[in-house]
Amino acid sequence: MTTSMFGAPVARREDPRLVTGNGRFLDDLGHDALAAAFVRSPHAHARIVDIDVTDALDVDGLVGIWTHEDLPGRVGEPLPLLIPHPTLTHGRTAYALAKDEVNHVGEPIVLVIARDRYVAEDVAQLIRVEYDFLTPVVGIEMARDATDLVHDDVPDNVSAHMFQEVGDVDAAMAAAPRTLELDLSIERSACMPMEGKGVYARWDDENGELRLYSSTQTSTGVRAAVAAKLDLPLAKVECIAPDVGGGFGVKINHPWPEEVLIPWAARLLDQPVKWVEDRREHFTSSAHERGQLQTVKVGFDDEGRILALDVKLWHDNGAYTPYGIIVPIITSTQLLGPYKPGAYRVEFWSLYTNTVLVTPYRGAGRPQGCFAMERTVDAIADELGLDRTEVRSRNFILPSEMPYDHGLLFQDGRPLRYDSGDFPASLDKLKALVGWDDFAAYRAEAEAAGRKVGLGIGCYVEGTGVGPYEGGHIQVETSGRVNVSTGLTSQGQGHETVFAQIVANELGVPIEDVHVTTGDTRRMPYAVGTFASRAAVMSGNAIALAARTVRAKALRIAADALEVSADDLEIVDGDIRVKGAPGTHMSLGTVSVMSNPLRYAFDEAAKAATQFAGSNDPSKPPVADDDEPGLEGKDFYSPTQATFANGMHAAIVETDPVTAEIRILRYCVVHDCGPMINPMIVEGQVHGGVAQGVGGALYERMVYDESGQLLNASFMDFLMPYASEVPVIETDHLETPSPLNPLGIKGAGEAGCIPVSAVIASAIEDAEGFPIRSMPISPVELWELRQRHAAGDWPSLRRPRHTSSSPTDTQEDR
Amino acid sequence: MSEPVAEELLDVTITVNGVPHHARVPARRLLSDFLRHDLGLTGTHVGCEHGVCGACTVLVDDEPMRSCLMFAVTAQAHRITTVEGLGTIDAMRPVQRAFTECHGLQCGFCTPGFVTTITAYLEENPDPTAEEAREAISGNLCRCTGYQNIVKSVLRAAELRRKEANDQ
Repeated sequence: MTTSMFGAPVARREDPRLVTGNGRFLDDLGHDALAAAFVRSPHAHARIVDIDVTDALDVDGLVGIWTHEDLPGRVGEPLPLLIPHPTLTHGRTAYALAKDEVNHVGEPIVLVIARDRYVAEDVAQLIRVEYDFLTPVVGIEMARDATDLVHDDVPDNVSAHMFQEVGDVDAAMAAAPRTLELDLSIERSACMPMEGKGVYARWDDENGELRLYSSTQTSTGVRAAVAAKLDLPLAKVECIAPDVGGGFGVKINHPWPEEVLIPWAARLLDQPVKWVEDRREHFTSSAHERGQLQTVKVGFDDEGRILALDVKLWHDNGAYTPYGIIVPIITSTQLLGPYKPGAYRVEFWSLYTNTVLVTPYRGAGRPQGCFAMERTVDAIADELGLDRTEVRSRNFILPSEMPYDHGLLFQDGRPLRYDSGDFPASLDKLKALVGWDDFAAYRAEAEAAGRKVGLGIGCYVEGTGVGPYEGGHIQVETSGRVNVSTGLTSQGQGHETVFAQIVANELGVPIEDVHVTTGDTRRMPYAVGTFASRAAVMSGNAIALAARTVRAKALRIAADALEVSADDLEIVDGDIRVKGAPGTHMSLGTVSVMSNPLRYAFDEAAKAATQFAGSNDPSKPPVADDDEPGLEGKDFYSPTQATFANGMHAAIVETDPVTAEIRILRYCVVHDCGPMINPMIVEGQVHGGVAQGVGGALYERMVYDESGQLLNASFMDFLMPYASEVPVIETDHLETPSPLNPLGIKGAGEAGCIPVSAVIASAIEDAEGFPIRSMPISPVELWELRQRHAAGDWPSLRRPRHTSSSPTDTQEDR
Repeated sequence: MSEPVAEELLDVTITVNGVPHHARVPARRLLSDFLRHDLGLTGTHVGCEHGVCGACTVLVDDEPMRSCLMFAVTAQAHRITTVEGLGTIDAMRPVQRAFTECHGLQCGFCTPGFVTTITAYLEENPDPTAEEAREAISGNLCRCTGYQNIVKSVLRAAELRRKEANDQ
């Protein structure tokens, strides 16, 4: 059992507690805590003239009301800009409570703390804020026009302008036999975890210590930021991420205003305080992503090989830039996917608008880049009358060219260098899975029945497992229980299971003996966080290295005791034994006893380690000079660069000839994240990613009106897919190992959602016979495109439609 | 400035998971908040506060209802069952077991609402097709799984229920 742990679909360790109501999410804690609520701006752009709390003071159960001017020292200073970049010349961050001006609907202005949330909301409703209105800047076009400014001191609304070029694009473009230009756009969407954010803080006045719980993707990050804001020694602040009900990126930004204010208030009041974000707050006060306008100019030859690619991006970064310009940097680099254009130039402008700020959402800029690249490749195929997969093949980086250096800087400030991947093999698998070459016959049949169907494709490469590092600590108790801790957090990825699998495998112990803790700064204070599909790669490898250290120590101690060479020992099911002579053995728990010389026996097992128990060598100290007591080990994994996973998706869609309703008939995924620790979990990640991608392609958008009001800030109006909207997802895997890390693995978390908009656009375009340049697309929008197309003001595709045979019936329960 | 007026509290008795609970709550106390914060039954989660996501679904006289859309005071005449009443870690019931076998959850926040919904559904339709299973869960939101493994869990739970019935 133990040796086959890695790669097995092991049932998740976290599930029994979660299916029985025994999870511990943020709002499941602290029933004795006071509750916080906020007065948030109802206006997108305004100056705060006056705040009147008179009426609110009468409410029974009120504890306190605070505005910006009440915030002392660093608590009242702007929140940190987490990821500075030389091109982010005009980075701006918010205050924990707005100072003088608000820049988006939902910006917090007043903190209210009361006996419970009901009372806190009552109080918030009675507080009157007077505003002077300023012109709201809404939408990328308006931000780009820059007639009105979001921040007075940011010219043209541009926070960052970045430019990268590889090769001579102008020369290559001029020399290219053919060129095409595309105008593209992608709308806003958002992570929308089922559990919003939340913070719960307890101040221990006797010891001057703060314990903080946050529904975060980085407890070490929150801890450091809060300690700095509250001017507390790091040693006096602990931060714990309990069970977290989904993150998808929005919980990596930190500190959120509430993460500063709630601990501050808990300390001030010397009482526990909790704030749990409600859904409307999550819509208007957390973060969104995706919104971009793009232009692409591409030069290519008659075979469809891309000679020059010139891309311009306008990225909506919302009102503030606490997370820097990671999203557009990723778009601009990961846009290249599995392809190798002769020359590449990309220029982006990150623009302020009076809308909720923009930070990474699963995929983090890649879906936009993939959309731009894949629309371009489809357009080339159309222009030349070639099969879309053929054009892709001709531009692929080949396995023989790996590692492949694009000559660009990636989001981690390191070269964009692909470590491995076999794109032709992935494409072959995908074509076989979806029945690419048989589609013409299927289409003919469908068309004969009066149906419109289309086949679409999208390919991507995803840099995963970015540094700087993660750590793993492993300690074996005398009972044989193995405690594992890593600092990054979990939001449903099954870390308790996969990390236990790694340890079971490396250490040779039953997985039932392994207990994993994540996201608790008391257990592992050095960590970065869970984002960029990095947890398995970073913490997985760190934990594997730590396990190897523990294993070596265990074998050394056992070899000594059994008077054999360590090389002759193996560990099977937690028992160390002589290879070929399993009668000579001792348990890992016994080794743990022996590793810790004791003066006092606390139980039967401990007696063996006391000073009169055995054959001590009086000439040696009980713990050798270069040794430490205890059977434990710690290690860190810090890579030189990201490892690059990849995938290819295909879909068959049907569009209703009358209503323009869009239905996904089949959805196929080929995914390569290297060797899978737990294929069941990887598959689940792919399913969930695709579902979010489907939402982004067909349903989800943030509808702002011209005054900056978010019109659909509820689950009733923001259309997240239910089971009825998500197709059955058919998957196949390639496992191309990474040469970069000890386990050879790559990240899998974000992959599923990256190409979906590109794939669905490709399929709709194929069904309709005209190009799709903007996503998401609703039936109304498709219907309008049909009208424009019929009226001659929207072009037709040029190629004779590649028609082709029947997709097998979709089946739920294969 | 007048003196703060304290909110009127009402005596209520609500039967949850077979146990009557007495409490004094304001009229506006939501059933979801009552379960979670007054009784400490935190398995019922709140995802949207307006009846769309289904995370807060509990059984009211065995029928699935959104506890965020009910007041605690209105629950007095009914039997309330929460996820905690549908099995324990050491004795999971078929729907719960099916979710663990089929990877029917990731973060687990929405799961209690699915468990209650599916439990009630299988009473009504003990042998659903995949299509019916999908339909049955299409009033609950999950942001992690893409639903495929939840559909699988429904079918597996039906199987486990039948097995359990046969074993008895």
